[in-house]
Amino acid sequence: MISDAPVLQQSSEPVESAAAPSRLSRYARPVLGLLLPATLALAWELVVWLGWSNGRLVPPPSRVFAAIADLARSGELLRHIAATLWRVGLGFAFGVVAGTLLGAISGYWSLARRLLDPTVQALRAIPSLAWVPLFILWLGIFETSKIALIAAGVFFPVYLGVMGAILSVDRKIVEVGRTFRLSGFAMIRRILLPAVLPAYVVSLRVGLGLGWMFVVAAELIGASEGLGYLLLDGQQLGKPAQILAAIVIFAILGKLTDWLIELAAAPFLRWQDAFSRTKGA
Amino acid sequence: MLALDRVSKTYPNGVEALARFSAEIGQGEIIAIIGGSGCGKSTLLRAIAGLDRASSGTVTLDSEVIASPHAKIGIIFQEPRLLPWLSVADNIGFGIADLPASERREKVARALERVGLADKARAWPRELSGGQAQRVAIARALVPQPEVLLLDEPFSALDAFTRRDLQDHLLDLWADTRPTLILVTHDVDEAVVLADRVLVMRPRPGRLFDQIEINLTRPRDRNSPLFETFKRSVLTSLDRSLDRNVPDRDATQGPGQAMWW
Repeated sequence: MISDAPVLQQSSEPVESAAAPSRLSRYARPVLGLLLPATLALAWELVVWLGWSNGRLVPPPSRVFAAIADLARSGELLRHIAATLWRVGLGFAFGVVAGTLLGAISGYWSLARRLLDPTVQALRAIPSLAWVPLFILWLGIFETSKIALIAAGVFFPVYLGVMGAILSVDRKIVEVGRTFRLSGFAMIRRILLPAVLPAYVVSLRVGLGLGWMFVVAAELIGASEGLGYLLLDGQQLGKPAQILAAIVIFAILGKLTDWLIELAAAPFLRWQDAFSRTKGA
Repeated sequence: MLALDRVSKTYPNGVEALARFSAEIGQGEIIAIIGGSGCGKSTLLRAIAGLDRASSGTVTLDSEVIASPHAKIGIIFQEPRLLPWLSVADNIGFGIADLPASERREKVARALERVGLADKARAWPRELSGGQAQRVAIARALVPQPEVLLLDEPFSALDAFTRRDLQDHLLDLWADTRPTLILVTHDVDEAVVLADRVLVMRPRPGRLFDQIEINLTRPRDRNSPLFETFKRSVLTSLDRSLDRNVPDRDATQGPGQAMWW
């Protein structure tokens, strides 16, 4: 602030040269990460192009993209993506609401924790896919059972994350709230909520990851649309390119939604003294 | 006036942390409480703050019994305990959230100016040094204008130079509104620099052992011979408080009892 101009004038050259390698590495780093998969993909493309392999079981990238383009052109792709997104979104919403509420109650109120937590932990120990037959019996083969399964998958990490975060809020910070006579709702809003937010965001991201996992399970069981249906369809009709196309789209959507959560949470977490912040530059 | 009447605290595990502590502290007085470890200094302070309930006895401020945190009583802890998700300015304004925004902004700005951190208003607590963070904590406690400010070893985690600086700064701030200050410390220098009266406590169970009036005008010169004299008398009293063979020179007893022994 004080001496912006003179500093810039005096040392514009050294600053430039010092900044150059860091700017280079900022672009170079993602490229570095892409190097391995891109090389492998190109090599395989080449192998198939040269006729060393027919590429029928492991289609080269060009065929995978062609499959995606085919699906997109017919409007099929959008329909499948919409169906899957709708299921994940709804299941995620239910799972997050239930997990947040129960997790908060268990974390805040020790009697509720003693009553509730053992049961939840016991249920958590059951592999969630074991519920599938029961959910189908109870809720039918259509949307409800699928969404219930996804919600169950999302519920547990969110519940655990919220409860653990509340339990680990620093007693000393809570005491600051007490000295300013905060109680009940004000204590939750002004002290507990901001204190648990970083851990909560992590649990949401873990929950979303599980949501994507369970949507595949749900759609493999019986669906007439959705990306999971594309997988199954590809297997039954022997179209590996279609399977890989669905997998690629799963990867893109998973990454994208995770990034959305990160993006939405970022303004609230600017205060964090994070490891990544100190290492990032 | 703050009156402590036979304040006692026995913890659930049977440890008697504080036994029948009585004292009367006038408005605007600066009290330092000093004593060996485990003498119940912090227990006493937490009871005055209303953070812990005394097992028996009462704390009254202007004839109002204190049983839970009170608007007229502020506290500063050993650690700054700033809320990491609030900016420095928002931390200072934390206790006056119910005031209208414009008034709050004005008070916060004045407090920031007063503790010399006006340029740090938008900074995060993690960006502050230890001394700066503790100054923010002081400002946060003073902004609601408490009648009594409790300080629990507030400068003990700081280096000697910063500590001196903050001691002087605290006195400076105190002069603005002259709240009652009750400072728990284990630093004899600090007690003599700041206090009108030093209460010496003795441990097991924690109780009042001795009182020493510091009749020195402010600002006090840490190197004057008189300062040394007061320091020595506090140290002597402190030594005697830790000697089991010395009987209590208990100031809480009535005049009749005092004459009796």
